[in-house]
Amino acid sequence: MATFRIPPVLRPLTDDQVKVESPGATLGEALEGLFEAHPALRERMIDTDGTLRRFVNVYVDEEDVRTRDGLETPLESGSSVIVLPAMAGGAA
Amino acid sequence: MIRGIMPVMDDSIEVDIAGALARRDQGAAWVDVREPDEWQVAHIDGTELIPLAGAVEGIVARWPDPAAPINVSCASGVRSMRTVEALRAAGYTDVVNVGGGIKAWIAEGRPVLRGSGLTAQQDERYSRHVAIPEVGVDGQRRLLGARVLLLGAGGLGSPAALYLAAAGVGTIGLVDDDVVERSNLQRQLLHTEDRIGVAKVDSAEVALRGINPDVRVEAFRTRLTADNAWEVLGAGWDVIVDGTDNLPTRYLVNDVAVHLGIPVVHGSIYRFEGQVTVFEPFAGPCYRCLYPEPPPPELAPSCAEGGVLGVLPGIVGSLQATEAIKLVLGIGETLAGRLLMYDALAATVDTLRLRRDPACPACGDGHEVGGERPELIDYEAFCAMPARA
Repeated sequence: MATFRIPPVLRPLTDDQVKVESPGATLGEALEGLFEAHPALRERMIDTDGTLRRFVNVYVDEEDVRTRDGLETPLESGSSVIVLPAMAGGAA
Repeated sequence: MIRGIMPVMDDSIEVDIAGALARRDQGAAWVDVREPDEWQVAHIDGTELIPLAGAVEGIVARWPDPAAPINVSCASGVRSMRTVEALRAAGYTDVVNVGGGIKAWIAEGRPVLRGSGLTAQQDERYSRHVAIPEVGVDGQRRLLGARVLLLGAGGLGSPAALYLAAAGVGTIGLVDDDVVERSNLQRQLLHTEDRIGVAKVDSAEVALRGINPDVRVEAFRTRLTADNAWEVLGAGWDVIVDGTDNLPTRYLVNDVAVHLGIPVVHGSIYRFEGQVTVFEPFAGPCYRCLYPEPPPPELAPSCAEGGVLGVLPGIVGSLQATEAIKLVLGIGETLAGRLLMYDALAATVDTLRLRRDPACPACGDGHEVGGERPELIDYEAFCAMPARA
């Protein structure tokens, strides 16, 4: 079981939920559960080739999954998954 | 006055302040023979302290050549004249007394330094910095000599500029082409109701001068583009604080700063959430290591579109100012290689680990500081294009 932290720009796709729980032994499995509950998320996060899109960073327990095993990154019970897209805001 | 109680003297062994300065310009040393506690209160920049009791021996040891040109001063000219007469008796031919001493100097309205090497006003202004061992007098002088460039004089730039100016960062560059609007005033504390319609860089300069006259402001009323980026970012900055409001500029800043080897303190905000990190070229990841490709525009709305809690840039911009000061002073652990996420609604802070990407197109293996300038791309087009399918 992992807890996903959904960033503000994607919250319209999770009924404005900030934290969403999803079971799974790997990130990929937990994401499948997340997409089942919130189907519009899939296209925003996953490329047509089935990998994470390059402008979305995903951190499992504070480590970028690209430096671990990508979608195969194992999840512990209680792992926290942070989804982090680029944010533009600053001066305006 | 003092002269009245002095023995009859050869005019050539005493000069006034202007004469002493002229001699110094031509290479004369300048010794102050007062006591250390007097020196601490006020001294003339560039003078060397050798207290009266050991003055003659000290000067002979320091300048063994009896032809060496030396000015000697004290509080009013009495103690220094005794020293000059003793040195003359010992064969020194170009030693002169500075008539009136530091009292005459001050009476002419000339600036004095404290023992710290700071002016009396600076000693007072920065006393809370100087009291911190990690800063101290040396650190404060380093801040006064530092050049920090702020990209954006808006939400993030406001607290960053205000705190950096108050901290005594000697030169603050500001890049912004906007004018102050009423909708800015909910969060941009550099600006005021009566400066609506004024260029943000000009409004900011008024605010910063009001806080600290030590600060020199270099204003660039322009939008940073591939055409002016080398010139603006290449003007000798120690640190860049990025508070821009759009992704194309963030990629542009990254590509130029990586090449120039300048650390960028990155901040971004949206609604209730902020992110801060430091991109230190080649020591840690850069913006492109983090985001090799921009998101489609609809996934990266600006604060104008999505809104932002007014106090949020205050927190994130202040964190950026903190990182900038640490970088200038070379103290502590910066956020290089870490991204700090602040969620104001949840009142939580998370820190994520960022790693340099060896395949990064800007700072990956094979790239280095300097060398041939990379060609800057059309960043607007880069960020507007749909993500690779």
